[in-house]
Amino acid sequence: MALPVVWSALAGPCLPWPWGLTSSALLSEGKFTDKHEWIPTKNGIETVGISNFAQEALGDVVYCSLPEVGTKLNKQDEFGALESEKATSELYSPLSGEVTEINEALAENPGLVNKSCYEDGCLIKIALSNPAELDELMSEEACEKYIKSIEE
Amino acid sequence: MQRAVNMVAQLGLRLQALPLALGRPLSCAQDVLRRTPLYDFHLAHGGKMVAFAGWSLPVQYRDSHVDSHLHTRRHCSLFDVSHMLQTKILGCDRVKLMESLVVGDIAELRPNQDKVRELQNEGSDVSLEVVDNALLALQGPTAAQVLQAGVADDLRKLPFMTSAVMEVFGVSGCRVTRCGYTGEDGVEISVPAAAAVHLATALLENPEVKLAGLAARDSLRLEAGLCLYGSDIDEHTTPVEGSLSWTLGKRRRAAVDFPGASVIVAQLKGKVQRRRVGLMCEGAPMRAHSPILNTEGTVIGTVTSGCPSPCLKKNVAMGYVPYEYSRPGTPLLVEVRRKQQMAVVSKMPFVTTNYYTLK
Repeated sequence: MALPVVWSALAGPCLPWPWGLTSSALLSEGKFTDKHEWIPTKNGIETVGISNFAQEALGDVVYCSLPEVGTKLNKQDEFGALESEKATSELYSPLSGEVTEINEALAENPGLVNKSCYEDGCLIKIALSNPAELDELMSEEACEKYIKSIEE
Repeated sequence: MQRAVNMVAQLGLRLQALPLALGRPLSCAQDVLRRTPLYDFHLAHGGKMVAFAGWSLPVQYRDSHVDSHLHTRRHCSLFDVSHMLQTKILGCDRVKLMESLVVGDIAELRPNQDKVRELQNEGSDVSLEVVDNALLALQGPTAAQVLQAGVADDLRKLPFMTSAVMEVFGVSGCRVTRCGYTGEDGVEISVPAAAAVHLATALLENPEVKLAGLAARDSLRLEAGLCLYGSDIDEHTTPVEGSLSWTLGKRRRAAVDFPGASVIVAQLKGKVQRRRVGLMCEGAPMRAHSPILNTEGTVIGTVTSGCPSPCLKKNVAMGYVPYEYSRPGTPLLVEVRRKQQMAVVSKMPFVTTNYYTLK
């Protein structure tokens, strides 16, 4: 099973990031990847963000590196990164499609990712090229179970 | 009051090859991480423990990294730095031993032990004793005021880089050194292991004091322009390259009697090939291993440490560039996630230091 969002720790005297034992406040209609990106299920265009579990583990986000509108992504492609004080965390696309929108508010206010990861702090919108991929993602319940299993 | 050059704090040395006598290892075989005398104390205070240089240490507590960092600059923070073991050097030839190591890697005990044996074989009178003490760093503008409440000595008479033995909050035989790794005024207190928790508890009773971990320690020292051994300096860098020529004593330079002297003195006289510089940029943070380029796009160096500066709200970093690019103000590029960002060579410290010096 792939690991949850893993970012490159600082090189040298390594400071591997500790896994916070947090419970997520999950949106009831969302779908989750094992990498803690979530997508509220709507037709055609999906919003992508990171889960509460991920934003808590990451710490305060100080900078968001997001792709340009029009970027074509395959599932699991790296599409950006979130910078915390300590480390860089790469973001992997949960779905294949084209980036239609990026959250411009994050340029001035990257902390929105922490404060409101499911709404104002969402990251990008993707027009799906393969909606069947939605079925491969985890439901809220499954995600909670997954988190518990990796915490052990 | 004795003058003591605390290289450990200034160079941020990391220990390797530690004697097994100390460290209170875990009872289970899984991870042989050493524990300081404050291990349980850290857990009790919400410390998030990580493995660091073979030790289990708190990376942060309940406050966020940035909050902890800023608290240190505005009030004071208490750090457990007991992983930097302390050694007593004994014998008539102890100065000879130290001088054979200065401007070398003095925190590596294995070479020390070899050197001790070498000198002993030559008939020198010297031996090493690892001291069973914890080391607590209290750092920040209110650190001295907090400590003063627990010591009889007048701390106004203990300037930066001096040291004295005193009773601290009822614990006798503590060595207090006016030094640290944050750029702020502060002390490092060497306390017998058995009394470490008592002392940490006493210090924490003052509302000015909060516990801080490795995360804040790293961003604080970076803002202060202090090196991290293993990242910014290592066995392949000289003090001249590392912009640390100030560590070379005048007498030693003339005598040319320290490890690497022939290389180092030549660099002092002529030009040095590369130099450690400070860098600042906006946009995405520069991190270790980010390439540094000149404005023509040619790779000329590498970042060795970097982070967003909580105080400056800009990104700061250290790295090595060829001598001709090392002047403050030189525009450069740093590659972050395949994008080239404008950066500028900056003087260090990035944030003004507040060392307590008598003038």
